Amino acid sequence: MTDVIETTASGPDKRDRGGPAQPMLIVENIKKYFPIRAGLLNKKVAEVKAVDDISFYVLKGETLGIVGESGCGKSTLARLLMYLIDKDEGHLILDGDPVGEKTGTSLDGLRRSLQMVFQDSYSSLNPRLPIENSIAYGPKVQGATAKSAKEQARALLEKVGLKADRFGQRYPHELSGGQKQRVNIARALALDPRLLILDEAVSALDKSVEAQVLNLLGDLKEQLNLTYIFISHDLHVVKYISDRVLVMYLGQVVEIGPVDKIYENPLHPYTQALLACRLSMDPDERVDSAPLAGDPPNPVNPPSGCRFHTRCPFAEEVCMSKAPSLGDALRADASEHLAACHMVHAGSGHSKAPNPDTRQLPLWQQGEMR
Amino acid sequence: MNEMRSPDLSLVEAQSETPEAYVKVKDLEVRFVSREATVKAVNGVSFELKKGEVLCVIGESGSGKSVMMRSLLQLHAKKRTRMTGEMRVGEHDIMKVTEKRMSELRGSTISMIFQEPMTALDPLYTIGDQIAETVMRHERVDRDAGWKRALELLELVRVPSPERRLKAYPHELSGGLRQRAMIAVALSCRPSLLLADEPTTALDASVQIQVLVLLRKLQREMGMSMIFVTHDLGVAAQIADKVAVMYAGRIIEYGNARDVLMHPEHPYTRAMLSSTIKDQDRSAPLDTIAGTPPDLRALPDGCSFAPRCKYAGPECLAAMPPEVTDGRNHMARCVRVSAVRGLLAFEPGLAAANVPA
Amino acid sequence: MTDIPAGSLPVDKSQSAPSTKVRGYWGSVWNRLRYDYTTLFCMALIAAIVLAAIFAPWLSPMDPEKSSMANRLRPIGHAKFGLGTDEQGRDMISRLLWGGRVSLLMGIVPVCFATLIGGAFGIIAGYYGGKVNMVIMRTMDVFFAFPSVLLAVAIAGSLGGGIGNQMITLTVVLIPPLCRVAETATAQVRSLDFVDAARASGASTYSIITSHVLINVLSPVLVYSSTLVSISIILASGLSFLGLGVSPPTADWGLMLSTLRQSIYVQPLVAALPGVCILITSIAFNLVSDGLRQAMDVKA
Repeated sequence: MTDVIETTASGPDKRDRGGPAQPMLIVENIKKYFPIRAGLLNKKVAEVKAVDDISFYVLKGETLGIVGESGCGKSTLARLLMYLIDKDEGHLILDGDPVGEKTGTSLDGLRRSLQMVFQDSYSSLNPRLPIENSIAYGPKVQGATAKSAKEQARALLEKVGLKADRFGQRYPHELSGGQKQRVNIARALALDPRLLILDEAVSALDKSVEAQVLNLLGDLKEQLNLTYIFISHDLHVVKYISDRVLVMYLGQVVEIGPVDKIYENPLHPYTQALLACRLSMDPDERVDSAPLAGDPPNPVNPPSGCRFHTRCPFAEEVCMSKAPSLGDALRADASEHLAACHMVHAGSGHSKAPNPDTRQLPLWQQGEMR
Repeated sequence: MNEMRSPDLSLVEAQSETPEAYVKVKDLEVRFVSREATVKAVNGVSFELKKGEVLCVIGESGSGKSVMMRSLLQLHAKKRTRMTGEMRVGEHDIMKVTEKRMSELRGSTISMIFQEPMTALDPLYTIGDQIAETVMRHERVDRDAGWKRALELLELVRVPSPERRLKAYPHELSGGLRQRAMIAVALSCRPSLLLADEPTTALDASVQIQVLVLLRKLQREMGMSMIFVTHDLGVAAQIADKVAVMYAGRIIEYGNARDVLMHPEHPYTRAMLSSTIKDQDRSAPLDTIAGTPPDLRALPDGCSFAPRCKYAGPECLAAMPPEVTDGRNHMARCVRVSAVRGLLAFEPGLAAANVPA
Repeated sequence: MTDIPAGSLPVDKSQSAPSTKVRGYWGSVWNRLRYDYTTLFCMALIAAIVLAAIFAPWLSPMDPEKSSMANRLRPIGHAKFGLGTDEQGRDMISRLLWGGRVSLLMGIVPVCFATLIGGAFGIIAGYYGGKVNMVIMRTMDVFFAFPSVLLAVAIAGSLGGGIGNQMITLTVVLIPPLCRVAETATAQVRSLDFVDAARASGASTYSIITSHVLINVLSPVLVYSSTLVSISIILASGLSFLGLGVSPPTADWGLMLSTLRQSIYVQPLVAALPGVCILITSIAFNLVSDGLRQAMDVKA
């Protein structure tokens, strides 16, 4: 096996540069607006604020879960981080080094450290290539010889639980969904990344296969000293796998914090509603009315003020006029729980906002909202 | 788990078989024949469904759940499909009915909704056109009556500002509204049996709940029977009266939703429930089912789940286990399950005799 | 339905029995083609026609350009001239064999060039999208706007007759449709996740096109270009018929059809022979491309 894969959690990681306290990735005020063009002259008539000023960081070795409804910008965010689409504004700092700027890491360096596992197992593998070749492609691009790239691909296949002799020469259509997703993971690992972005990586799988793949991800994380950004709309899965959770709504972060705090004491009404949408296994606990009415509004013209106010049961005047701030997500400690809601900010003008006296308490303890 | 359940006699009585089953499927087998192989997709499925009942068919991909349901509408290509057994919906014998009669039944008596509404709705016609067209064809009314009914239907499925939406094309609607529009098309002729093929799987959780609540309500109001195929146990818990668990083309467990979901007896159902992620301990690995589903071209003799089962012994592979049914009409097909004092009970028995290494 | 995978874990005893034999993409295409007797027959037919054209100098009983006023317009079944003679007394068998050479050349060579040029432009347009796409595709649309026959006549008219000019004409006419097909296929592949995965591994555009895009675009383009062979033959025949292609006395199916036209009331069957050849060849190519399309269709 090539030495690339041999970094284990036991010793200090050779690739580490900023030390254990330096976050793996810092995302600073990243923005992406897609223009909508129409008419004869292709004039810009509107823009979709897909990712609107998002900041967060991911610590080394942790799993950051990102949740939200479809259209909230989760996948755009993933592609921005991968440099698959160009960002309009913002910075990425990878292990202390700014990406793509004169003094920092090159794009190539980012590509080696950051890899992505795609959602759709049908379109994510080239149907005309044996899976072994799909996995070996990345190392070859980065300069490995054909022979060593192939050896590495076969080693990776074994690592994700597929016998290389049996599966290496197969084509994607000869594999089941779970097997394809394992190949996807193997391909992402081929460049020996440190941070893996998993974009709905288990969503399309059957439940029992989903559990197998999640276990595999857990094992790999430990063996290869990986950091995960886990994007999903399934709150059960995010709860199981994440250390911290970031909730997105219409291109913005509405809540971020440690997984237990978010699930036990959600501060933002949107997070509360999402959690209430989880289905119970008990037929006696049926819901008779949906916790969250309507579809997410169109990101082309997001509502003024707090973007959630159109669906929020607690919306008041202030919510329509003034956008609540999340707080400084980059300076906050990883154990802090932040929410962009007027009801948690003292003195915001919302009737349910906490009394200014309780300001000293950390935000998440400020309490009962329902 | 079993001790906590006491036999509920009133329920037993209520369940005692009444004759008028509306949907009756007996020993249904579906085979897809091609040059290379015969795929045994459905291997002897029998069930009955009363008027106004909801049956959820749960299974993973390749379990034959969709194939079974599509057989009720004769949607398989005649040329390479072999079907045997009995299927009755009301007074119609689906196996014998002519192609012409079948196309009359489709959309009127039996209707279907799909996972992806964009494939079921015609992109070139407005929502109103499509509903009105179906109504006009099946009920032989004029255009105005068809449009009036279309408006009623959009109101019924709670589409906001329905007059405007009637004139909208499918691509102009959001995912949730499209799903509602498809439900409206399916309900346009007041079907007495609604078939639903994972209609909420592609939706966000927030919209999924809305659609489930709506479907349940409409089903009650219209007194429809419904067969709902899903791989999500949570969805089944929301909507089912009866639950059938399918594996390799057979129903391996059947019963009231609560019995099957809260007190599963078949090892496959149990394993599936415990591998479903829900508040598990984050530090421990998840329970999984070893191996992969069987190859439908070469099914083993006996229990199809035996090769992956923790409790399998040589007797499991000898012959297909018989159905064991208790007083609550809870059925499981497993040699380790027996009916004790009117309730099914699972006994691991000679566990670990044949556990795959 | 047929490609449900045989299980992944060797521990499953049930799985050890028959498992899918692993074959490559072309292997699976051949496996499907093997049972498609229509396509196989048409392939054999095309092979026979091509071989006959190649070996025309040895196969033809007489000199195709040697005329004889005494033997004008002999009927089919004549003792010396099996398929009769044309209006100048030349042996039809020989002329059909030699004419096949020119006609097939006109069918295949322009299509090959057009596939290369149009395919390249189409892939570039489809991959880059945006302005590049607009410039290339709008230019193609200008050519598309004319009916292909009209365009061919116009170009051939301005270039003049002869085999070389005829090939150039046909190539130009065939580029736009091929470019369109390649562009559509490429744009579709471009939007798939595996291309993004390749980009994420740091691959250059050239590498992505050659190792990921090309292999996926190839089959729709090849299938489409095989349908164009027959169109090209017919167009070439049309040009020759109008006097804009090869010039007499060279044998060419289209030209033969044109000159025999005057004799249609005297020897209708002989006059129809070149037309029959064109018809059979083009139908064979069309059916083969149909079969190829079915066989190359990978179920994902």
